[in-house]
Amino acid sequence: MSDYITHDHEHDGIDRRGFLQCMAWAGTGLLWTVSGGVLASKTLAQIAKAAEPLPATDLSFLQISDSHIGFSKEANKDVTATFKIALDRINALPTPPSFLIHTGDITQLSKPEEFDIFDEVLKSCRTKDVFYVPGEHDVLSDNGKLYRDRYLKNVEGKGSGWYSFNKNGVHFIGLVNVLNLEAGGLGQLGDEQLEWLEADVKDLGTSTPIVVFAHIPLWAVYPQWGWGTSDSERALGYLKRFGSVTVLNGHIHQVLQKVEGNVTFHSAMSTAFPQPAPGTAPSPGPMKVPAEKLRSVLGLTTVQYRQGNNALAIVDSNLS
Amino acid sequence: MTTIAFKNKLVALLCGITVLNLSLLARANEIKETAGDAGGKTQIEIKDFNFNPQTLTVKSGQKITWINRDEEPHTVVSVEKQFKKSPPLDTDQEFTITAGAPGTYTYFCSVHPKMTGTIVVQKS
Repeated sequence: MSDYITHDHEHDGIDRRGFLQCMAWAGTGLLWTVSGGVLASKTLAQIAKAAEPLPATDLSFLQISDSHIGFSKEANKDVTATFKIALDRINALPTPPSFLIHTGDITQLSKPEEFDIFDEVLKSCRTKDVFYVPGEHDVLSDNGKLYRDRYLKNVEGKGSGWYSFNKNGVHFIGLVNVLNLEAGGLGQLGDEQLEWLEADVKDLGTSTPIVVFAHIPLWAVYPQWGWGTSDSERALGYLKRFGSVTVLNGHIHQVLQKVEGNVTFHSAMSTAFPQPAPGTAPSPGPMKVPAEKLRSVLGLTTVQYRQGNNALAIVDSNLS
Repeated sequence: MTTIAFKNKLVALLCGITVLNLSLLARANEIKETAGDAGGKTQIEIKDFNFNPQTLTVKSGQKITWINRDEEPHTVVSVEKQFKKSPPLDTDQEFTITAGAPGTYTYFCSVHPKMTGTIVVQKS
């Protein structure tokens, strides 16, 4: 491993970037933790058994993504049931997360009845605070009006629905990169949102941990399939002076992670159906797996912040 | 339809090879475009996140129908807003327009903007 060590932020002899270069493409279905350079595998069930409450200064939140309520094809004929299982897992955690982040594609076709089902099922979740960003499936018919009417009630949404908020000293930024897309292009933030972002972080100290969340990856995962955001470089330029930046996304229905300097990019599993690894299929459409394997490729992500640690701890857990 | 089915098998086969197949895929696209022009088809199949044929030549006044064969919703949106945009098309749903004035019309899927296509309308 020593050949791969380029950054040893935590002085523990383990370099995250080097390890992840080896691990990133084997991520689907794996359960692992990144915490200040130390990697470990665990499941939500193990976390539940360990029953170790977090110290009061810590912050724990949970990412769910790509519920696709309304989808009923072969890859998963009951996406509502798997979404419920994900919520059951959250409810079983010994330390409830402070809040949830949903990184988009709540629904399959932006239909009011699909949003209704999602909202109804979500009522069973003990964690009540949820922050959203839209996926392209949530803004199909009306440029996102219905989505914004429903899911931006607790935040000060700007423009097409982006916003920021602070929790326990961490600055969270929810971005919209699924609207006003251009022919031949990728996900897009647009000038207005980028100008807002620049102003939003301008007065923050560089030691403020930053968490950015958006639906489409803010790094070029696989542009041939549209898995990237055309103007993400400009956004990241405004964030590069910060010591800890965590960028969470959905959209690609699989765990992938990349570390660039102080920025950790992480994509979450879906609660509905998996998608193929980049370039391994004719298209990025829903991937069919044997029924008994489905829950092993669906999941959610917990994120923990411990003061003094450079990186946030990210744990992916499947629904098996 | 036989031609289209054959082409899809060809594309699937090429993708199955996976290694360094980009040039081969580009060639398959050329074949598709040629077939679209020569056959004068007025149906565009949306399959594997592609419009097939990618370029369709029709006569003014002819109807053009897109049909979505993917499990993912797609749309048909004129780049220059020259024709009405489609609603989101779920699996097996269709969208039809009538070709207007002669010219070249580019369009894309607003959900997956990498997907683009061209309609060439000739005088009837």
